Amino acid sequence: MLRYIGRRLLQMIPVFFGATLLIYALVFLMPGDPVQALGGDRGLSEAARARIEAEYNLDKPFIVQYLLYLKGILTLDFGTTFSGQPVADVMARAFPVTIKLAVMALVFEAFFGIIFGVIAGVRRGGIFDSTVLVMSLIVIAVPSFVIGFVLQFLVGVKWGILPVTVGSRETFTALLMPAVVLGAVSFAYVLRLTRQSVSENLRADYVRTARAKGLSGGQVMSRHVLRNSLIPVATFLGADLGALMGGAIVTEGIFAINGVGGTIYQAIIKGEPTTVVSFTTVLVIVYIVANLVVDLIYAVLDPRIRYA
Amino acid sequence: MPDINRNVANPAGEDDILAESKLQLRPGQDHYIAETDETGLGAVDAVADESAPSSMWGEAWRNLRRRPLFWVSALLILVAVLMSLFPQLFTSIDPRACTLSNSLADPQPGHPFGFDRQGCDIYARTIYGARASVAVGILTTALVVLIGTAIGALAGFFGGILDTLLSRLTDIFFAIPLVLAAIVVMQMFKDYRTILTVVLVLGLFGWTNIARITRGAVMSVKNEEYVTAARALGASRMKILSSHIMPNAAAPIIVYATVALGTFIVAEATLSFLGIGLPPTIVSWGGDISAAQASLRTKPMVLFYPAMALALTVLSFIMLGDVVRDALDPKARKR
Amino acid sequence: MTTQTPLLEMKDVKISFTSSTGVVEAVRGIDMTIYPGQSVAIVGESGSGKSTAAMSILGLLPGTGKVTGGQILFNGEDITGLNDKEMQKYRGSEIGLVPQDPMSNLNPVWRVGTQVAESLRANNVVKGSAVGDRVAELLEEAGLPDAQRRARQYPHEYSGGMRQRALIAIGLAARPKLLIADEPTSALDVTVQKRILDHLEGLTEELGTAVLFITHDLGLAAERAEHLVVMHRGRIVESGPSLQILRDPQHPYTRRLVKAAPSLASARIQSALAAGVESTELVAHGREGKQEEVIRVENLTKIFGENKAVDDVSFTVRKGTTLALVGESGSGKSTVANMVLNLLDPTSGKVFYKGTDLSTLSNKELFDMRRKMQVVFQNPYGSLDPMFSIYRCIEEPLALHGVGSRKEREARVAELLDMVAMPRSAMRRFPNELSGGQRQRIAIARALALRPEVLVLDEAVSALDVLVQNQIIRLLAELQEELDLSYLFITHDLAVVRQTADDIVVMKQGAIVEQGTSDEVFADPKEEYTRDLINSVPGLNIELGTGENLGLVE
Repeated sequence: MLRYIGRRLLQMIPVFFGATLLIYALVFLMPGDPVQALGGDRGLSEAARARIEAEYNLDKPFIVQYLLYLKGILTLDFGTTFSGQPVADVMARAFPVTIKLAVMALVFEAFFGIIFGVIAGVRRGGIFDSTVLVMSLIVIAVPSFVIGFVLQFLVGVKWGILPVTVGSRETFTALLMPAVVLGAVSFAYVLRLTRQSVSENLRADYVRTARAKGLSGGQVMSRHVLRNSLIPVATFLGADLGALMGGAIVTEGIFAINGVGGTIYQAIIKGEPTTVVSFTTVLVIVYIVANLVVDLIYAVLDPRIRYA
Repeated sequence: MPDINRNVANPAGEDDILAESKLQLRPGQDHYIAETDETGLGAVDAVADESAPSSMWGEAWRNLRRRPLFWVSALLILVAVLMSLFPQLFTSIDPRACTLSNSLADPQPGHPFGFDRQGCDIYARTIYGARASVAVGILTTALVVLIGTAIGALAGFFGGILDTLLSRLTDIFFAIPLVLAAIVVMQMFKDYRTILTVVLVLGLFGWTNIARITRGAVMSVKNEEYVTAARALGASRMKILSSHIMPNAAAPIIVYATVALGTFIVAEATLSFLGIGLPPTIVSWGGDISAAQASLRTKPMVLFYPAMALALTVLSFIMLGDVVRDALDPKARKR
Repeated sequence: MTTQTPLLEMKDVKISFTSSTGVVEAVRGIDMTIYPGQSVAIVGESGSGKSTAAMSILGLLPGTGKVTGGQILFNGEDITGLNDKEMQKYRGSEIGLVPQDPMSNLNPVWRVGTQVAESLRANNVVKGSAVGDRVAELLEEAGLPDAQRRARQYPHEYSGGMRQRALIAIGLAARPKLLIADEPTSALDVTVQKRILDHLEGLTEELGTAVLFITHDLGLAAERAEHLVVMHRGRIVESGPSLQILRDPQHPYTRRLVKAAPSLASARIQSALAAGVESTELVAHGREGKQEEVIRVENLTKIFGENKAVDDVSFTVRKGTTLALVGESGSGKSTVANMVLNLLDPTSGKVFYKGTDLSTLSNKELFDMRRKMQVVFQNPYGSLDPMFSIYRCIEEPLALHGVGSRKEREARVAELLDMVAMPRSAMRRFPNELSGGQRQRIAIARALALRPEVLVLDEAVSALDVLVQNQIIRLLAELQEELDLSYLFITHDLAVVRQTADDIVVMKQGAIVEQGTSDEVFADPKEEYTRDLINSVPGLNIELGTGENLGLVE
């Protein structure tokens, strides 16, 4: 088991370097002259330009900048924005709400996705199954921001059940609608995956053996069908956490949430490479950690993997 | 019964069985022989010659033909493609002929969907908007299939170091959220936003799923006995890859690509919503939906039409993918 | 002996399945009786309905299966068409099941002990705390040593034989009166099979359990069951005392089966030989005169990491004859075949074709060599590319080696189809339209396309039904005579070997245990393992006569 985890960890190291390098390179290629932005609206003298460049290491070659940056990450120094604010502070303000949002979305998609998926899988071909399938297709087909708008309009504005925007009131009720919107597409995938898995496992040989022992329908369902069917679903959910956090840009935009997505977006538009790279690096780390956790979960749920 | 010399020992129960058969047989267990005509003995293993030959694709097609969902999605796709190629067939109004005085006006004769904020005819814009979305969908999928299948096939077929390298490469691209990378790159191309740049961006970061699926499919086909048989015949590796492995690995790729096409159309709309997709000079559903935000409370229909068009088009591709997957499902095929 | 009341009675039972194309009748009115403590076997080929009939007793028909007519009585009670809840009373405690494929029938995520315990708990056999001990007892009873430790392991940590024993333990856990054993050992090596079946027989006799065997193996049915039921296409064609039926089958279908079953044929061959009579069932005979060497294997060794798969193997295949390489799983026989075919490089040792050392050949020469040696694999459902039409399948070797023009190749393909007794129209078809036996014929046609001199048959008939298997064996024999082919026959099935091989090489764990002519090895096996192997073939040792009454003797 330890060897398995160790091997996965080893595989993730080049991924970490590769992903951060890629993002760094992309951002590096972003247009805009940060020095000009720092200098303000007035023109800059050569000396002033040189000073700013030296301060922010902008005069060094790309690779050196990248390595310096990495060194910073490992010492938890995420650099500063061009307005002098430590990026770490910006993160401290933005991440918590996005994490809350992502976790709520995850809970929503897991709970409803699995329940509906199980019912659809058991009663394959029935009315519930067909309805649920169509519903899931629609959720995937309609862009999330459209769903967001519509829900915001109906639930927030028209019927006034939930707050229309979040802003600084990052409460559970306020985040409820955004969480549903964020988790909508994943909910559809969880539902379909569960349905497929359950329907396949119902026909498995070992389920027949279980029934032949004289186990009741409920026991067969819980101990054999569900237990095995949820393995691929659990791994999907684990990997989804990272994806949710990275993909929250749209939802945060619609509901005015000051989270990771909004911050990154602003930073890109304004040309603040340090912020963009730092945030993305953290997201990559979250993704890697989430993947490792998923591998762990998988090994716990499926004993065959432990000895691989 | 002749008494035979045997070199091997008699199994234990034989004598008892012999003894028992001499006893009276119990009710329900006497020696029963069925009437010959009752049981219809045929020749062993005859070939059924009446039906027409059918390959896996042939069978899949027959299966597909019978599903109403296939025809519905095929029809919708056909309409969408027609709209994108020949918008003039559907409307004679110029989508860019906008007069501000018509801003947010209600539907009139000749203008069934009304007007948007800029005073443009919504119906015309809905028709002309198909081109951008369908083009992005198809081109991106083509690009993604090209890159992804190449990487996945090489990784899966050759294994070893090549597999490790390519798999890590796939992991790296996987680790970066698509929308994020798209925003960054589109920002780079701020002044060059066209359909092709959007396709490039989405394609460059969207190939990872296809690569994984291809790799998995190739690895499982690689172990099939007909591949070993081809080797025994003397076929070279490249020949095996091209004539045996790729055709057999195609099914899951095709299914995924069809669904992916739909998701790419949605992705383009999302980029437009964020303001970094196609420029306003190109008529697109995403752009129109984005622009309709502001009038949502007063005139929700401005949002509704492009959103509906988009959703239906995407839905048709995803439904097609679902239906094709069911038709190609090996468990549903005979034998 | 007094008559007892029957334990199980099936009266005119009909079972159907509903599919998108209509209703299919899998079982068309069968009658069967089982008495307490008796062993009964249902024998049939695939599609005969034997498994369906057995599963219906437990109410475990797959998919859309339903009993549409007749009655099933257990201990006098009508259990036909009871719903799941009602059947639970009977399952496990009254009627037990030992299913076929041990890997897929055990849940991979639960420990084996837990799965045995489930059976105990579901039927309220023991109180909570006593369960653990009882589980260990049951596993030991089924033949698994070190039971306490084994109970805590997972199915993938067990070998195939061990998993089957675990399934037996589960089936008998609640001491049912009737045990249904569905092909309980067909996935196992023959020596393991014998041990397990012996053990099962002992257990069930001790417990007084009646056993219903489902099997395609007539020899097994004869050895283990007193009463035999033969099914064909959903109906019973013959039933009665097993030995009587096998010695003197009456129904034409049963006669076909009995004549074709390799283990029974081998038993008859032995008897004929001993009686000094000429048996026509011996496919390979009278070839002592052929001494020319075509394949020679010298000190062949193959090591995979720490595993010595093949250890210093040497043998010679005589031209125009069949050499059988016999062994159980892990014997290394397939690895040897792969090295002979040059699909795998030996760690040491040489393979000679007509005196030429294969390792000295260049790539081009090896490519040409492929025309001389071809292979037919075991799995008919895997060895033909489903995307290739039959024409393309057979044409592939011709195209690869650049033989003939398009027209010439078409003619050759047609000729080959004739040779394997397939209609020419099959050319346009695809593998998924053909049955297992038909696909093997295509595989044989493909192998013969380049006019090879040697055919390696890697378990080529093992996956086929008895009658089809017999057809293919006869086809191969004809082709051998006609084209002067030499066969290297890889198999685990000694019974087939008796009929078809001139020479035998017995392998175990990579090394040769014994070799000689077929007659020699069967008449006087020198090594204990060989004797073990021969004795384990179900039905080989039954006294069936010489086959005179079946017209099999000259």
